[in-house]
Amino acid sequence: MLNLLIFIPNLAALAILLGAPGRKTSLVASTASLLLTLFALLSYDKAAGGYQFVSSSPIVPEWNLSYRLAADGLSLVMLLLTAIVTFAAVWITPRFERRENLFYACLLFIAAGATGAFASADLFFFYAFHELALIPTFLLIGLWGSGERQTAAWKITIYLALGSFVLLIGLIDLYNAIPAKWDTFTRGFDMIALQKAAAAHLAATGQPLIPVAAQIRPYFILLVGFGTLISLFPFHSWAPTAYASAPTPAAMLHAGVLKKFGLYGLIRLSIPLLPAGAQHWAWLLLLLLVANIIYIGFVTIAQHKLDLMLGYSSVMHMGYIFLGIAAFNIVGLSGAALLMFAHGLSIAALFAITGQLRPQSPSLSFATLGGLGKTMPFLGAAFGCAAFASIGLPGFANFASELMVFFGAYQPGAAPAFTSNYRLATIFALWGVVISAVYMLRAYRAVFLGPLKKESTAWPVATFAIKMPVILLLAALLIAGFFPSSVLAFLKPSIEALLPR
Amino acid sequence: MDPHLPWFILLNPLVSAALIHLVLRRSSGTSATVSVLSACFGLLAAVGIWFSGQSGAPIEVPWLDFGPALRIPIGFIIDPLSRLMLLVVTGIGALIHIYSLIYMEHDEAKSRYFGNLSLFMFSMLGIVLANNFAMMFIFWELVGVSSYLLIGHWFTRDSAAAAANKAFITNRIGDFGFMLGILMVWSATGSVVFPEIAAKIGTLNLSADFLTAATLLVFCGAVGKSAQLPLHVWLPDAMEGPTPVSALIHAATMVAAGVYMLARVYFLVALSPDAQTVIAWIGIVTAVFAALMATQQDDIKRILAYSTLSQLGYMISAIGLAAPGAAMFHLFTHAFFKALLFLGAGAIIHALHHEQNIWHMGGLSSRMRVTFLTFTAGFLALIGCPFFSGFFSKDLILLAAWQHNTAIFALALFTAFLTAFYMTRLFVVVFLGKSRTDAAAHGHDGPIAMTGPLMILGLFSVIAGWPWIQNYALGEVSSHTLHLLHEGGGSVPVMILATLSFLAGTGGAYVLYSGKAKDPILIPLFKNKFYIDELYAALIAGTQDLFARILAWFDKWILDGIGVRGLSGGAWGAGFVLRFLQWGNLQAYSFLFGIGVVALIYFMVFAK
Repeated sequence: MLNLLIFIPNLAALAILLGAPGRKTSLVASTASLLLTLFALLSYDKAAGGYQFVSSSPIVPEWNLSYRLAADGLSLVMLLLTAIVTFAAVWITPRFERRENLFYACLLFIAAGATGAFASADLFFFYAFHELALIPTFLLIGLWGSGERQTAAWKITIYLALGSFVLLIGLIDLYNAIPAKWDTFTRGFDMIALQKAAAAHLAATGQPLIPVAAQIRPYFILLVGFGTLISLFPFHSWAPTAYASAPTPAAMLHAGVLKKFGLYGLIRLSIPLLPAGAQHWAWLLLLLLVANIIYIGFVTIAQHKLDLMLGYSSVMHMGYIFLGIAAFNIVGLSGAALLMFAHGLSIAALFAITGQLRPQSPSLSFATLGGLGKTMPFLGAAFGCAAFASIGLPGFANFASELMVFFGAYQPGAAPAFTSNYRLATIFALWGVVISAVYMLRAYRAVFLGPLKKESTAWPVATFAIKMPVILLLAALLIAGFFPSSVLAFLKPSIEALLPR
Repeated sequence: MDPHLPWFILLNPLVSAALIHLVLRRSSGTSATVSVLSACFGLLAAVGIWFSGQSGAPIEVPWLDFGPALRIPIGFIIDPLSRLMLLVVTGIGALIHIYSLIYMEHDEAKSRYFGNLSLFMFSMLGIVLANNFAMMFIFWELVGVSSYLLIGHWFTRDSAAAAANKAFITNRIGDFGFMLGILMVWSATGSVVFPEIAAKIGTLNLSADFLTAATLLVFCGAVGKSAQLPLHVWLPDAMEGPTPVSALIHAATMVAAGVYMLARVYFLVALSPDAQTVIAWIGIVTAVFAALMATQQDDIKRILAYSTLSQLGYMISAIGLAAPGAAMFHLFTHAFFKALLFLGAGAIIHALHHEQNIWHMGGLSSRMRVTFLTFTAGFLALIGCPFFSGFFSKDLILLAAWQHNTAIFALALFTAFLTAFYMTRLFVVVFLGKSRTDAAAHGHDGPIAMTGPLMILGLFSVIAGWPWIQNYALGEVSSHTLHLLHEGGGSVPVMILATLSFLAGTGGAYVLYSGKAKDPILIPLFKNKFYIDELYAALIAGTQDLFARILAWFDKWILDGIGVRGLSGGAWGAGFVLRFLQWGNLQAYSFLFGIGVVALIYFMVFAK
């Protein structure tokens, strides 16, 4: 099943490169992936839990390196996010004069890479798939971007390449910190085995698998590596410019899906393997995430262009997910995981709609826009929904997740002596909710409300190809927002299994 | 009671809103019908709940459930307090839905209006029914957004868009404190469910400071939603919305949610005398300030808006004076007469083709009989004329102040005088004398769908305070407070003083304003609302926006500029990546990718 999920977009992308019609093939492939993902979710045995759909083909048996795929509830939710956003991004792709087929192939390669990363149960492929997805992202920005696309492209390339490199070092350091042998466990790339060994070791000896002192360094390197990929302050400055100049579908896929890889990795690896490292560095993470929320929040307020504002707001919201991860308990981590899902959908919707305004005002500067709600009623209403979702309005999944993050962080699971600092961070995060209302409502007013600033007869009509994906994204946010338990039913057991107890 | 009834009450307006927004957007007539029917069904269901007595088992379903770590249900609390509030919200809601049929008849976005009105009903009823803090917060926020949508109904007007933003953001500032207060209470008691907290919080020996902090933070929510100082600035601007919205949301129900919430969590408020003192003072200071501002406004809706602020200040103050029953009683009577006054003002504005300046009106008493008579009833109720509803409820609050704090009592009495003064000014200028404009000379009453609600509300404005109605409607809600107040004594002097201040205010204003063509008094400080809006604007520009610009500059030129470009070697990096991109071939990538893979395997397998 997971093999097929990775296979479909890859095959479709290759077919397109070999001459198949780009749009049609991509539509078929992304629809098939979405249906298959839904089928996987339905056939996942929630009562049994754990990793399912396990498949493994040894690559280098003596190193215990295998092409190993498996999914637990957390991976499945991320796969669902990938499938929905890919589907929407493919639908919303405009017509290109230049090398349209390459564009679609790149989109599908990103989707394939993200799917692979979330479905891998082997450290090597987990890392490799993400790298695979990054390269087409750079290409999309560099070749089809707008504005200062070349600056943006080199910045994101340098940044993420460096981030990935640090991540690689972190993974190696982590690997080396794991004891070569314990009981029946032999060190390897198998992430499931690592997680099991960590739990078994803790249960048997009361000590973590990796000695406390040995956890400090790998956690720090991983935090920097993953943090760069997630735009953790101060490694964030690639994100706003990249999203502002990226073509719409690329911004949707990267901000919505690919950026979540870092968070996913941090949860997947550091929670079970490096709990002491996480506690040791909690102060640093709290400091940085508060900077993500407050500092970036203020920077967002000062933005005068819609695309840059959204880029910064997306950076800011990473702070909430980090807060949930830092909380280190079931409530906060579930909130973080649900927020990854919710943020991915809402930012994808926001970028999708923003992309439709670009023909009207290439700069997307607030000074040139205004009153568009009158001329573009659908896009105005949809942007309003997505904007309110992203600032945490109840009814949308973002609110439920942020609520869990706040509750989780206010009563953190780790370092009881450190509770007051967690509470301080929570207070800042709550203030961030006010900040986000300020910038989002100001932007909404500047673009969609008030008198019409620009007379034009050629207001684009929202076609089915635009409406349908936006409605899908919003509907998913509403369903998960009204019934968060439906998603949590997948997330909670997986996260409970990851948390050391 | 049938456990389905509260579910019906809550979900019926949601279904209506969804139906209108998703399906009926283009058929405005059907939308209006659906919304009005849903409001009427809501009223019927509320009446059903009223007569079916106490609930048996608690009605709740899990929403977020983490076992002992955190449990947030969607659950209902059906007690005398919520049953009363259900009646008020659905009753006035239904009347205003009907009234809107005429008022919004020719609006080009009628569907959107009615859809949002239904959305508001859903949100407001959720607050009323909530049996826990988190659910109340959810609907609290939803009320905020439906208010945002309705204030900004005519969103192409810049002032409406600005007012909508101001309302939402100001409310969010209050909600910041509210949420923090909820977290504090939860961290101490391990629960967000009201009955569980109430049962537990007294047994925990929490420090007085903790309780005061938690109570005041929760109170922040009420300061935002009930527009108390210093977060009152959004309510006058909210008058940019259609007048029925002002009547329903910004007079009768939503702004009263803060008072309702404090009455709901009175078990918490009662534990902290310090917090109560703060609450009482904030309430009464708001009452005085708002009344002063009201004396110099010229826009009929703004005068009523400041009056609402002032009356809400009374209610909040009553909570702080340990008289939640009196607060709820005043909420009850105020809902009728203030909704009536707004709808009456709406009838005038409608008849005068959107004229809102009172100095462009005049002499309306003879041509708009129904509006005039009903408005008079609301007017007399608001200024506390004996035997009208407001007299009884205001009297209780004054009595509570008399017994607890002389300074607050003096201010409350002064507010009563000011209320009579500014309302008489409005009344005299609008209805008596000669018409000052053509439009005013030709105004006439609206059709029955408009005058009907006025007459019903007029009736209640007269009788809602009468003792037997008060006993019947409030019953247990106010019995404890009443008992305490009667034991405290002082009711006769309070009543005399209240009546005197009412007479002084009315008489003074009549003498001053009768027959005048323009305002004989000018007090810039009051007219300009104590310059608080200007002060806030300067504060926001001087702190938040300045700070934002500095940080944005820092981010762009220092962090990104020097840090990043410097590190990556500027031109070299750009050139390298550009070449890289122009290659555009997969060989280069697979080559680099291959290096990464080899490095990974090498380190992992052979390094040790």
